[in-house]
Amino acid sequence: MQRIETAMIEKAKALLSSGEVTRVLGWKKGELGYDVEPCVFKSEESLKDFCYNVFCGANLSKYLVEESKKEGKILVFLKPCDSYSFNQLIKEHRINKENVYTVGVECQGKVDPYKLKENGIEMVDSAVETVDTVTVKGKEFKKEEIILGKCLTCTKKPLSYDDIISFNEKREPVLDRFETVKKLEAMTADERYAFWKDQLSNCIRCNACRNVCPACTCTKCVFDNDNSGIASKANSDSFEEKLFHIIRAFHVAGRCTDCGECSRVCPQHIPLHLLNRKFISDIDRLYGEYQAGEDTDSKGPLTNYTTGDVDPSDVFGGNN
Amino acid sequence: MKKIAYKNLDLLYKEIAGAQELYLPVKVAKATNFKKYEDGVEVDIKSLQTVKSAKDLFFPQSEDMMEFKTSGKNIEIIDARKTPAPFVLFGVRGCDLKSFEILDRVFLAEPVDTMYKAKREAVTVVTLACNNPESSCFCKVFGVDASNPKGDVQATIVGDEMFFEPLTEKGRALLDSLKCLEDGDATAVEGEKKAIAEKIDALPFVNLDLSEFKGENLMKLFDRPEWEDLSKACLGCGTCTFVCPTCQCFDIRDFQTNAGVKRFRCWDSCMYSEFTKMAAENPRKNQMQRYRQRFMHKLCYFPSNNDGEYGCVGCGRCVKKCPQSLNIVKVIKKLGGKNND
Repeated sequence: MQRIETAMIEKAKALLSSGEVTRVLGWKKGELGYDVEPCVFKSEESLKDFCYNVFCGANLSKYLVEESKKEGKILVFLKPCDSYSFNQLIKEHRINKENVYTVGVECQGKVDPYKLKENGIEMVDSAVETVDTVTVKGKEFKKEEIILGKCLTCTKKPLSYDDIISFNEKREPVLDRFETVKKLEAMTADERYAFWKDQLSNCIRCNACRNVCPACTCTKCVFDNDNSGIASKANSDSFEEKLFHIIRAFHVAGRCTDCGECSRVCPQHIPLHLLNRKFISDIDRLYGEYQAGEDTDSKGPLTNYTTGDVDPSDVFGGNN
Repeated sequence: MKKIAYKNLDLLYKEIAGAQELYLPVKVAKATNFKKYEDGVEVDIKSLQTVKSAKDLFFPQSEDMMEFKTSGKNIEIIDARKTPAPFVLFGVRGCDLKSFEILDRVFLAEPVDTMYKAKREAVTVVTLACNNPESSCFCKVFGVDASNPKGDVQATIVGDEMFFEPLTEKGRALLDSLKCLEDGDATAVEGEKKAIAEKIDALPFVNLDLSEFKGENLMKLFDRPEWEDLSKACLGCGTCTFVCPTCQCFDIRDFQTNAGVKRFRCWDSCMYSEFTKMAAENPRKNQMQRYRQRFMHKLCYFPSNNDGEYGCVGCGRCVKKCPQSLNIVKVIKKLGGKNND
């Protein structure tokens, strides 16, 4: 991973010094090793704090909604999953592509600091990574023990880049991404209700899932807008947070690229991505396999009516 | 000093809960928060920190204030405030206990917040010393001693036993009422406290320099250009404010039901775009201004108005929970003083 970081810094310096870009969107070192933060670097000198390592799980694409409106080109480093979000935002006309220079970067899964903590590792000076392992503080972990949930099922490849930095070291997904969805589908309605009731009862309506989501780019969310009549800062009753998450999942259905940021950022560890994956799985069954963000111009299955569209009841049965 | 074997803690919980309501760290799904003790709950007492802080018990995320019922031209106003029965809050860490002092300064100052006061008076707090503080902990900076977390009773886990030291009359009454406890020896506890203090001194953030955060530097701090970069990645979500033990802002809302109108209050967040919306306009227009407000409030405005008491207890929840790893430590390191370099 170190040589990728070096190559990225070189690339950023070259583009800044040639004047091709005025800013660089990447990740900045933190105080405890794992607390890497997204950052806009404005000079070659400031790149001394730049980093690209196993803790760079954050998706940078959404920052481009604002950054690409500004004057001058910005260089962005996109991990494979981030590049799908980027494409989807281009498709939705949320990013001004002309102001962005994209560099795809290889990724073999990012580490979840909570999982490290569960394994007794806290502060991290440095982490040494191979395709299948991460060694922290002298302890070697298999990737599947400590990487983010979203990385366990990842099959994404870098898309839509002006340049790419990769040494072609690929990791295969550990899990089938629909495995848990299938388990939930196999439950009785009561069991499923109990599962989501437990999970969603922890929701504190901090809106981290919504604010980090690259598919949630409304300038003003209805739930923040007093004039909408449905603004809600807290749950008025215990069922409301369930509705909030279900409504949000509906709103991003067909546009969610399954980047997994919602679950990464949830302070209560609610597996919110499972709602999105249920929709993805349903869309696949109704309209054929579809991956949002794979291209920048096709119409999505839910925004494109054709006379050949199936009736959902033909697939799921009459009561669905 | 009293004690109980760690493996018998369930007996203790049952005995307390038999006499009054008991709230303690309970794991539901994948998260531990303070919840009511009931048969079958998964108590997670060893977890260093709950996601939401213990302030939830006095200042819950949402709380009914009153109801309005109309029939014809008559309107009936119903007081929805409840008189809380005495309850025990068990397993509070030193940082959260310290946060009660800060919240008291806000809610118990005139005009007294009756809903908060009623719950504060009804509680008996049993704190728990932190055997394994984390790298994100910096409570010592704010005068908290996690090996002596205070409260009505302070508890310490030593080996396979938990020891209890009463510190107030309320605490003594609670311990005296519990038959499952036996007498304990203070020596073992002293050794553990010393070990905890040593662990705390070795943490990375215990020497943060706050010397620049004082009233006379207010405008200088407010105008520092670094706020721009510090807040750059902020998503404007409310995670930091909602997991924070000292954040105290709330909104009052009406909720229309079929039977009338319910008025409730709920946590609000200065990170939210509508937080300062007023009739004329919203004076904080961008996220940098909102971000700056949060930290200036905790580190500059609050101490200026409260005898130098900071509005932070160093629990480190924001360090662990910010989706993009922004937090108060990064602000203090940038703006707090020379000794942070």
